[in-house]
Amino acid sequence: MPVFPPIAVERLVKIYKTIPAVDGISFTLAPGSVTGLLGGNGAGKTTTIAAIMGLTTPTSGRVTVLGADMPRQRYRVLHRMNFESPYVAMPMRLTIRQNLTVFGMLYGVPDLAQRIKQLGEELDLTDLLDRQTGKLSDGQKTRVALAKALINSPELMLLDEPTASLDPDTADWVRARIERYRRTRNATMLIASHNMVEVERLCDRVIIMKTGRIEDDDTPAKLLARYGRRTLEEVFLDVARGRGIERDAVAWEAAR
Amino acid sequence: MSAKLESAFTYSPRRTAAMILRYWYLLRSSWPRFVDLVYWPTVQMITWGFLQYYIMQNAGGFFARAGGTFIGAVLLWDILFRGQLGFSISFMEEMWARNIGNLMMSPLRPFEFLSALMVMSLVRLSIGLVPVTILAVAFFGFNLYSMGFALVAFFINLMLTSWAVGIFVSGVVLRNGLGAENLAWSIMFLFMPLACVYYPVTTLPVWLQPVAWALPPTYVFEGMRALLIQHVFRPHLMIDAFLINIVYFAGGVFGFLKLLQNARRHGSLMQTGE
Repeated sequence: MPVFPPIAVERLVKIYKTIPAVDGISFTLAPGSVTGLLGGNGAGKTTTIAAIMGLTTPTSGRVTVLGADMPRQRYRVLHRMNFESPYVAMPMRLTIRQNLTVFGMLYGVPDLAQRIKQLGEELDLTDLLDRQTGKLSDGQKTRVALAKALINSPELMLLDEPTASLDPDTADWVRARIERYRRTRNATMLIASHNMVEVERLCDRVIIMKTGRIEDDDTPAKLLARYGRRTLEEVFLDVARGRGIERDAVAWEAAR
Repeated sequence: MSAKLESAFTYSPRRTAAMILRYWYLLRSSWPRFVDLVYWPTVQMITWGFLQYYIMQNAGGFFARAGGTFIGAVLLWDILFRGQLGFSISFMEEMWARNIGNLMMSPLRPFEFLSALMVMSLVRLSIGLVPVTILAVAFFGFNLYSMGFALVAFFINLMLTSWAVGIFVSGVVLRNGLGAENLAWSIMFLFMPLACVYYPVTTLPVWLQPVAWALPPTYVFEGMRALLIQHVFRPHLMIDAFLINIVYFAGGVFGFLKLLQNARRHGSLMQTGE
């Protein structure tokens, strides 16, 4: 049986009316890797993720997920992947258990009651399972969204700012759960984030986007070394403010 | 088989049941939603019922008999209107909840989603209309169920039209966001004057009559008048309505799929607000 890369993006272009949101990007993710997709507002991260999930059709280029051409063959693989974003809500009037039951059925999860119990324990939601989702705090809602994203034990997870609007303690807790899941399942993850601490902690590769293009793509350590910076936030600012090349040259000179 | 065809013909009763369960949980969680289902049909039926009562008391001959069709027309109109509204409201619950993204990223197929919405329109209609039909017997001695088999034919045709319209409108809302929401509430009223709910088609100007005959509900309301006034069931009207409904339904589904495709192209599935 051929082994396909979890995600392969080839010369992806997406133009909305006349504005290019994504402008010819290419990258491939290795199985079990965690990749951070960084970029300022309007860099093209959300459009890239939407194309990977089959929510938007590429203007040109190709996106394959687990070997399936997206969005044409999306139904071959949608049950093997999942997504979490604070910007896509869970139905508020349903209890957590009801929401997880509905999504579990949609994803064809076997022994669903047991899986919900297990997720409740893992994500500290057991006591909240019969509470309406709309009555939860932001932190609890994020955990519910994560439970929904994990309901089918996906081998590929797309996370869009998974800890946005969370306090540092809760955000750290969520990151620990994401990390643990990746280790136990050897899942591949693509994380779009503005939080550099998160990216440094979780990701073994970072793709930095700017105005629809990939500006840089490497491991966090190599990016820090190349830009001569101590944190990814500084690297991000260099790229966002167009200082990337200059810094790169200085670092290169220093290395010589 | 091509990937597109393969996905088009894959149908999971489990995923459809998941969506029905989702709407049932929602309905169960809110008593105002339940009350709303019964409130307007009851108000409508009582208002028109008294009007019918007044006409029957004061008019003679034909008008006394024709006046007797008001409650029947109101109840059948409610099947058409509430059927479409029940479909559209369940769909818009996903837009209001910003849950469309989750559904579109799940393995749920469009036909499974639409099937669940159709079942929910039947559930919502039953909750709203059954008590009202019982009230019609109690208040005005009008028994809708005495129409027997004819009622089944009327019901099937009205539901098919309501689903066809509901499916198309859902596609428009999916493509254009909640800015198009008003269409879901108002589109069926376009049918009201043209489908000749309360008067025969011959009342319309001659040039408008072909438009009326292009609408399946027109056949139903003509059939109902024939049944209640002349005591004749006209099966050919129902067959004609059914054939036109097939075209409407196919058009609705085709429109929905095209609008969904268009929404993918324009990236509007990620932004489902206004």
